[in-house]
Amino acid sequence: MPVAKPDYKTFETAVYETIVAAATRLPADVTAGIKAAHDAETGDAAKTALAGILENIALAANDSTPICQDTGFPTFFFSLPPKWERTRIVEIVRRCLARATQEGVMRPNAVDSLTGKNSGDNSGELFPAFYFDEADGPDLTLKLLLKGGGSENVSCQYRLPHAPFKAGRDLAGVEKVVLHGIFEAQGFGCSPGVISVAIGSDRAQGYALAKKGLLRPLHDRSQVPALAALEERLLEEGNRLGIGTMGFGGKTTVLGVKVAAAHRHPASFYVTIAYGCWALRRKVLTFGGETHTIADY
Amino acid sequence: MKSVRLDLPADREVVRSLRVGDEVHLYGRIVTGRDAAHKLLVEKKPDDLRDILAGTFIYHCGPVVRRKGDGWEVTAAGPTTSIREEPYQAQVLKDYGLAGAIGKGGMGEKTRDGLIASGSVYLHAVGGVASLLARRIKRVVEVRLLEELGPPEAFWVFEVEDFPALVTMDSTGASLHQQVRDLSKAAFDKLIG
Repeated sequence: MPVAKPDYKTFETAVYETIVAAATRLPADVTAGIKAAHDAETGDAAKTALAGILENIALAANDSTPICQDTGFPTFFFSLPPKWERTRIVEIVRRCLARATQEGVMRPNAVDSLTGKNSGDNSGELFPAFYFDEADGPDLTLKLLLKGGGSENVSCQYRLPHAPFKAGRDLAGVEKVVLHGIFEAQGFGCSPGVISVAIGSDRAQGYALAKKGLLRPLHDRSQVPALAALEERLLEEGNRLGIGTMGFGGKTTVLGVKVAAAHRHPASFYVTIAYGCWALRRKVLTFGGETHTIADY
Repeated sequence: MKSVRLDLPADREVVRSLRVGDEVHLYGRIVTGRDAAHKLLVEKKPDDLRDILAGTFIYHCGPVVRRKGDGWEVTAAGPTTSIREEPYQAQVLKDYGLAGAIGKGGMGEKTRDGLIASGSVYLHAVGGVASLLARRIKRVVEVRLLEELGPPEAFWVFEVEDFPALVTMDSTGASLHQQVRDLSKAAFDKLIG
């Protein structure tokens, strides 16, 4: 079968739609998780906050306004079929971000670290973040994550062994430091959150792998039985901390837990936690040229 | 849960009587100010911002705004994390005669002492409910230092109606954040054995 020529014009429209969808419409699986947390909650403050969150999700979707004013550090994960040029894709994404910023869908978030000057259009050096790999089939896939600064600030990395909690280089050690990460985050990352953990690799790839885990659907489990069991345990134990919505105290602190493992250097054992706020904004664009779809995961 | 209507500029006796756990509904003018704003207020102590800050709340928020005719429209305006203003907050409350701050995540001991000293409170708005809170902003009255600070950091003066928030730190020194931290620390210690 001949490889289709990239239709960049239609693609640009689709990328813009994906950005708007991500900023304004929370994935249905995440909304369902929040609804369940609301229904189970008994504390006044947490329940009122969760009711406000659900109302906000509906308002944002209805009026196409941002779910959260912090429209985040946009991260674009592309899987490209043959013939698609990265440089053109980057140009298109930057144009779409500028337009979405102009339209009041995205907040201008790219700040020059030296001068403090805001670029005004969500573009700058290493902003947004791009990841590229090759597509398996003929369709282009874009997975977009808009991750707020508050949740990024409480994301963290541990190095095992970690003496304060006697956390060794095994899954029991991983469990201890992840619980500590959730404890330290309190309500700062806009709980209830989704906790995505990467075990192993180097420091930089650990953060990338953990962030990628936030793209998984809320209720799936790792294919690796030991990691699936750890996900279950961390979900249950994380909620026993009682931090609750916004740190007001309550039953649900964690909406979901994702764990992935990679190889590590013999000398290193990193555990990296990407904290996703309740406003876990992700969309997946599947672009086939003549047709395209935007899904929640 | 006690629910209190608070008109701005605030009656300081009413503010002083607020307690952790009270739900507050604000009516009147509030002013946004976050990282660059707090740094500026402490380091440069500008006098030309006193008129908009006195007697009201400084809101830790970087809104999403768009032009509408000659004015502005706010599409999203939830709170940002307050703890980054911890080095400055107590001083800002005192110097500018604020009734308190609105943000998320709570603040530390320095601010707690500042709230006691100035009889002010810390209000917690729900993080991320930006579309809902934007609708409680009836009008953008004005904006100061927009060019210098950029849209997320500028001083936006909002006229609000029924703007909801929870008192999580009060003028007696009580803090919901400290209570939850202590309880969750006990739970954590038990879990890790």
